[in-house]
Amino acid sequence: MADAVHAHDHPVHDGAPPRAKVLLREPLVLNNRNYSWITNKIAGVVENPQPKLWWILFIPCFILTCIMVGCFTFLISTGVGVWGPNSPVMWGWDITNFVFWIGIGHAGTLISAILYLTRQKWRTAVNRSAEAMTLFAVMCAGLFPALHVGRVWMAWFLAPIPNSNAVWQNFKSPLLWDVFAVSTYFTVSVIFWYLGLVPDLATMRDRAKSSVKKFAYGLFALGWRGGNRQWRHYEIAYMLLAALSTPLVLSVHTVVSFDFATSIVPGWHTTIFPPYFVAGAIFGGFAMVLTLMIPVRKIYGLQDLFTMKHVDNMTKIIALTGTIVGYAYLMELFVAWYSGSLYEFDAFMIRIFDGPYTPYYYAMFFCNVIAPQAFWFKKCRENLWAVMAVCMCVNAGMWFERFVIIVTTLARDFLPGAWDMYHPSWVEIWSFIGTLGFFLMLFLIFLRYFPVIAIGEIKAVLPEADPHYDPERAKRDNLVAPPPYEGDLEHTGGRPESAAASTATA
Amino acid sequence: MSTPLKRVHGYLAEFTTVQDIFRAAEKVRDSGFTSWDVHSPFPIHGMDDAMGLSRSILPRFVFVGGATGTLTAFTLQYYTQVVLYPTVVQAKPANIFTIPAFFPVMFELTILFSAFTALFGCLALMKLPRLHHPLFNSKNFPRFSDDRFFICIEARDPKFSTEKTKSFLESLGGQNIELVEGEA
Repeated sequence: MADAVHAHDHPVHDGAPPRAKVLLREPLVLNNRNYSWITNKIAGVVENPQPKLWWILFIPCFILTCIMVGCFTFLISTGVGVWGPNSPVMWGWDITNFVFWIGIGHAGTLISAILYLTRQKWRTAVNRSAEAMTLFAVMCAGLFPALHVGRVWMAWFLAPIPNSNAVWQNFKSPLLWDVFAVSTYFTVSVIFWYLGLVPDLATMRDRAKSSVKKFAYGLFALGWRGGNRQWRHYEIAYMLLAALSTPLVLSVHTVVSFDFATSIVPGWHTTIFPPYFVAGAIFGGFAMVLTLMIPVRKIYGLQDLFTMKHVDNMTKIIALTGTIVGYAYLMELFVAWYSGSLYEFDAFMIRIFDGPYTPYYYAMFFCNVIAPQAFWFKKCRENLWAVMAVCMCVNAGMWFERFVIIVTTLARDFLPGAWDMYHPSWVEIWSFIGTLGFFLMLFLIFLRYFPVIAIGEIKAVLPEADPHYDPERAKRDNLVAPPPYEGDLEHTGGRPESAAASTATA
Repeated sequence: MSTPLKRVHGYLAEFTTVQDIFRAAEKVRDSGFTSWDVHSPFPIHGMDDAMGLSRSILPRFVFVGGATGTLTAFTLQYYTQVVLYPTVVQAKPANIFTIPAFFPVMFELTILFSAFTALFGCLALMKLPRLHHPLFNSKNFPRFSDDRFFICIEARDPKFSTEKTKSFLESLGGQNIELVEGEA
């Protein structure tokens, strides 16, 4: 919006020819909301009693979490044999789930870091929840590789600590790189999320009625006073963390893909894996952000802050990354033929034609490549039911993708004599469903105790937060409001003037 | 029992819009005050210039932190893989030429150390955390995190004067001007 204003920064002289109308950008906060409305609205999500739906969702999620804990206890006390993997399929649902959750965990830091560096102001409405989602997804992801090692009590062998055997880790192995990449990613994501939370925790502290809440929020707000002598360091720190996280996001899924790509197994040994995994991670992560935030904005009435413009932007990113993923699928097939490698070609023939897991391949292809093409059409991007349906497809599709990569490849390796089928056991299935509950439970707890939208950051994108904001300028420069999104009209009761009024003054 | 002695922290003036406080901050800067601050619910674009503040020194700290991370990762890997426990895996050498395999961990630890430096360096420069501050004694001040903007001129400023500073803040358009006191 600011660009549009500055582009026509000349005063109008009387008697000058009439100026052409200039379209403003869509406002990021609708209906002319002011600072205190934003504070009350977002802090209200935490302070007001939760809607009944919160409990209706929380209780099953809690039960699923208990089931997950039970399954893992059974696994640890009995041995990894309670899961389905066999020889040659040593990696089954466990690593599929690990890559699936890590992928989801990429959207948060992507929204926070890359969109911050590229000055995409719309990120302010989504970054907090996406970052929280990242942390919870990485927590779910970390469980699987830690538990599939078998003797969990030996997991500390992954850390380079001097031990009585005088044995050291093999730093040439991508599996050890993975340990460093994922743990760094989690730590940096926590730091980034927490630093962003500090001013909002101060808001919660200053609004808290009970002394317990005041103490708890106050402790974590670290005595924040919002002084500009603090903000100037804070902003640089935030920008540095964004600049550090951007290559970090790309590196983490690259390293995850190295787990596969550095092996010699046909179907895994490809150079396309790092970019293909990263695009897939962004794709799946954005779908999960929308899956969570579309209900949240509706239930808590945050439509003015998380607008259809946000949904529109994110669906476009899904369409783009989905198409990149589709390109990668086709390029894999092409290279399997063009490379002249008999094994590689055969691996893909088994994957797509006469293998035991072909339905998974087509489910993956439909969910990840065909379904997101709906977002080329504005009608689909504006219909929240359609958006939710496609996002659900993508969520499922990304899981299928990891399953196809891992299991179909392992089940059919070089020696036909070694071929075997893989079926997940009930423990594996319930472990995965349990992590879904665990993930959602953590997200619900987050909604209950933390501001779901960054209060401080979203105030800064209001037009009046600009020190040189002039309410008369829009009229003078003949700026007009863009046509509102249909979804936003529904929310405001179909009054186009209310949406238009907010921009006319901007 | 200690005597409840009070110490004047400074004058706090309230403003309602960004534009007002921006203009006021420029005037406070031009009057030569040094110990003062602008409190706002969000960072105000251009306020550093309006207050006459320089760019934060934090990036230099983070560079040193990051370099420490790179060196730590290299030392850790070289020492364990080449000196302490050389293993030949997949025909890769156990000498300095195996360094490409060390890059991922060197990269990750660079980021990790930099991020920690950014967090703790930022907190140190902001002089946080602290459990209490005289400003928290003010009744109006909690609205800094909602929709109000404040200028606080501290008593330790050499130009501070009980009467003149108050009337100066009034002339800038500040409202609800109050004398903030802290424990001595």
